[in-house]
Amino acid sequence: MSVVPTGGGLLLAMLLLPLVGSAVVALFRSAPVAAKATALAFALGELVLAALTWSAYQPGGGRLQLLLSTEWIPAFGARFALGVDGIALVMIALLAVLVPIVMGSSWADKLPEGRTAAGFYALLLATQSMMIGVFAATDVFLFYLFFEVMLVPMYFLIGRFGGPRRQYAAVKFFLYSLLGGLVMLASVIGVFVVSANRLGQGTFDWATLVRISGSIPQSTQIWLFLGFFVAFAIKAPLVPLHTWLPDAGAEAPVGAGVLLVGVMDKVAIYGFLRYCLPLFPEASRALAPLVLLLAVVGIIYAALLAVGQSDMKRFVAYTSVAHFGFIGLGVFAFSTQAQAGAVLYMVNHGISTGMLFIVVGMLMARGGSRLISDYGGVAALAPVLAGMTLLAGLSLLALPGTNSFVSEFLVLIGSYPRQPVFTIIATAGIILAALYVLWFYQRVMQGPVRGAAVVGALDGPGTATAPEMAMQRARAKFPDLSIREVAVLAPLVALILLLGFFPQPVLDVINPSVGATLTEAGLTDPVVGQGGN
Amino acid sequence: MLVDGLLGGGFAAQVQHVQAPAVDYGAIAPVLVVLGGACISVLVEAFVPRSARWSAQVVLSLLTLGAAGAALGVHLYSFSRGGGTVVTLAGTMAVDGPALFLWGTLLALGLGAVLLIADRTVEPGGAFTADAAVRPGTAADRAQLGGTSTATVMQTEVFPLFLFSLGGMMVFTAANDLLTMFIALEVLSLPLYLMAGLARRRRLLSQEAAVKYFLLGAFSSAFFLYGVALLYGYAGSVTLSAIADASAGTDRSETLLLGGLALLLIGLLFKGSVGPFHTWTPDVYQGAPTPVTAFMAACTKVAAFGGILRVLTVAFASTRWEWRGLLWGVAIVSMVIGVVLGLTQTDIKRMIAYSSVAHAGFLLVGAIALTTQGLSGTMFYLLAYGFTTLAAFGVVTLVRNADGEATHLSQWAGLAKRSPLTAAVFAFLLFALAGIPLTSGFTGKFAVFSAAVADGMAPLVVVALVASAVAAFFYLRVVVLMYFSEPAPDGPTVSVPGAFTTAAITLGVVITLLLGVLPTFALSWAALGVFAS
Repeated sequence: MSVVPTGGGLLLAMLLLPLVGSAVVALFRSAPVAAKATALAFALGELVLAALTWSAYQPGGGRLQLLLSTEWIPAFGARFALGVDGIALVMIALLAVLVPIVMGSSWADKLPEGRTAAGFYALLLATQSMMIGVFAATDVFLFYLFFEVMLVPMYFLIGRFGGPRRQYAAVKFFLYSLLGGLVMLASVIGVFVVSANRLGQGTFDWATLVRISGSIPQSTQIWLFLGFFVAFAIKAPLVPLHTWLPDAGAEAPVGAGVLLVGVMDKVAIYGFLRYCLPLFPEASRALAPLVLLLAVVGIIYAALLAVGQSDMKRFVAYTSVAHFGFIGLGVFAFSTQAQAGAVLYMVNHGISTGMLFIVVGMLMARGGSRLISDYGGVAALAPVLAGMTLLAGLSLLALPGTNSFVSEFLVLIGSYPRQPVFTIIATAGIILAALYVLWFYQRVMQGPVRGAAVVGALDGPGTATAPEMAMQRARAKFPDLSIREVAVLAPLVALILLLGFFPQPVLDVINPSVGATLTEAGLTDPVVGQGGN
Repeated sequence: MLVDGLLGGGFAAQVQHVQAPAVDYGAIAPVLVVLGGACISVLVEAFVPRSARWSAQVVLSLLTLGAAGAALGVHLYSFSRGGGTVVTLAGTMAVDGPALFLWGTLLALGLGAVLLIADRTVEPGGAFTADAAVRPGTAADRAQLGGTSTATVMQTEVFPLFLFSLGGMMVFTAANDLLTMFIALEVLSLPLYLMAGLARRRRLLSQEAAVKYFLLGAFSSAFFLYGVALLYGYAGSVTLSAIADASAGTDRSETLLLGGLALLLIGLLFKGSVGPFHTWTPDVYQGAPTPVTAFMAACTKVAAFGGILRVLTVAFASTRWEWRGLLWGVAIVSMVIGVVLGLTQTDIKRMIAYSSVAHAGFLLVGAIALTTQGLSGTMFYLLAYGFTTLAAFGVVTLVRNADGEATHLSQWAGLAKRSPLTAAVFAFLLFALAGIPLTSGFTGKFAVFSAAVADGMAPLVVVALVASAVAAFFYLRVVVLMYFSEPAPDGPTVSVPGAFTTAAITLGVVITLLLGVLPTFALSWAALGVFAS
């Protein structure tokens, strides 16, 4: 048993394993299959570690668990300190589940010329390691460090392996995030200086900072909050700072896109919950209307844009912006129910958007086009693929019985007592979600077989090919899902249904941490809300 | 004292009273070793046969730096054992904590620079012209480009020039009165003017750089000297501490004090290439032989900011509220000029030059904090920036085509495909210049900016962070070119570096990484002591 790390060692192992894996995989430059297999082995190992971490975590236990802390840069008061609460734990688990799936889905991807599979998989593992660091850090300095460094592998993933406009998208992604990060750095430094004034000795230790948060004057809190807010609003993204996401999401290779939209963007919401609310309680309460406004505007605006998209990947990206609005509403409505719903929503959104991204990638691998109008009637050719797309879409629009329903319902019911107006507006987003998902499905999957990407350029418009001939050709070009593809999607399907009917184990992990967050923010549940379950 | 004595009594009587000042040879041994090495180097140039000169000069330079380093180590030992600050040579040299740190920095950077200077493999016969007096474009000039056997023997007068310049820089950072400082300024500058004109290729650019640097440098020296004169008029002394004493609560003319400070600062800011006194920087960085540019960019910056820190802290701390606003403005102007003009550059050396102007602005933010944190942070930044920029120029020497170095940015397209290692190293250095965490650039920025915020300069820090974000754009542009663009068919090749250049680049990269991950050792060394007053 001594080989298996325990406590904080588990988190350290989770941080280091993908990093080591990344270095190892990078060695297989000329052996793509070996590179993929090694990467997958490391990702599965990480999944095992995540399972161990999950079982080591005590839902009712301390605020932060599995702690590990060691002196790092005494001159800055920075420590190398790891630990998780329930919110961080579910995010780490989500990440650990998604990475092997992403690797499986990218297995047969055609890479741009001159790029090696080893590079792609090494970057995926590096991204995973940095994101684990973001969620596991309990030192503000360390959090900031991972927050910035995780941009670098993602930047290379988009810029080297992405679509036609990848250079533009990669630079836009990096600069937006870096600008936000640097504004946050000003606040990080400010927090340190404020703590030095309060305690005599500056610190970045999260728990210590939470203890002194009540004594910081509101005006100072607001400035510090705004620094963090800008970074997180860009990262989330909240309207109007969202324009980088459709570009990055559309140009990113599917595997990177899943991690980008599914997990990396949630660092922002996680940051609101872990840093903004507990560290700047008064500012959070004072500025909540601003965040709520941006969130609700985002729900409606992004949903309308999603309806109008002609590019499938941009479509998925815009649906994400709309869903981040819901999550933002849940966080800043300040009730246990809504926040627990928001955290669960982060997990569910990672699963359903991840699945939608992957099925869209599978469609594109067959049709070679990103345009919705190039497809039609795919269900006749590839019924399993169509079924998977439908399931992902229904999960996205929060159909009862799927995972997202639970979280969306919790968010709305928990938000209503404090924010009735915003909640009612947000509810309109549900209708729009049904519109854009179903219309997308209808255009791509249903009706007669049609569209340039499906029928193929061979049968140009006007060529009088017999319908059976065309059908055969289309079948050959458009095979249904392979066993590998089914195996990749199966865990996601299982999770969608499992969390749809039985979300309690996850909620049990989330609820105590959310309750503690609210207490740290100096808030109590509104009277109507029953809290949690 | 001497002058008073001569006026007061008979000359013969006074001669007995003039005593040689006590000299603590142990404390100033590093400077003596370097200047002694420079003198021997001149003799080597005069008496050693041409064929053996290169090896003799390289061995001598390395030995000199090694011996100076050893002497520094010995003195550092006695310093930390309670020996403390030594003010010697009749109060003209103050060997205090900052001086020792800056000496160590200068020697370490000098080692890297001399390795680049000594390299003969990248360009046969080294980067230096065989005959600097030959008119550019003539047949003799073409002959010295190579091909003939005499041309490939390296011209070695650059070594004594280098050692003199380095010795001057070391005196400059420890000079405790303004006249010593002025002499050190000239000792460090005059060899640099010559070295800038020694490029083997693009002679016209190189000569233009040398003349420009000389004329503007002479001009700035004149400003410096005029400032010294005004301050002498104010305080009746050129000693830094005497100026501080004189300015503390007297009714003397502030005009003399502030006018003198302004003129003095112009001289110092010029050397540090702080905007708006930066105009020589791009031309000289571009025209000078790249190893010399590396030396200038790394070491001159250290010396200039060492001087600025000492003058401001020791002599002008009590009047800080009168000049600080002005230097706020200068810092902002420098950052803005650096990043905005850096965006428009198409030549890699000019781009790094403008980046150095921006970095000078960041350094100034820390330098005007006048706290112990500000002092140690700025000195750490100098160390970090020096090694990064040294290694960056080392990489620039490697990317070549038939005409020598390929410095136009478009020629760097697709470099990652041709030579992944060179591209990876340069990308890492660019990320360090941009201040991404886990590189020394981030640690340095954090140290400087946190000191500035702690001293109440939060708005200035916000400006600096925004400037950092803009600067990241032009660093990223190079990464984009190297990694995401296709190589041009007639693009440059990357020379396989010889042992010397490899060693210099490795040194720079390793220290950049080390100071990013484990900076504690350097940070605590930088915080070893304060200026002698």
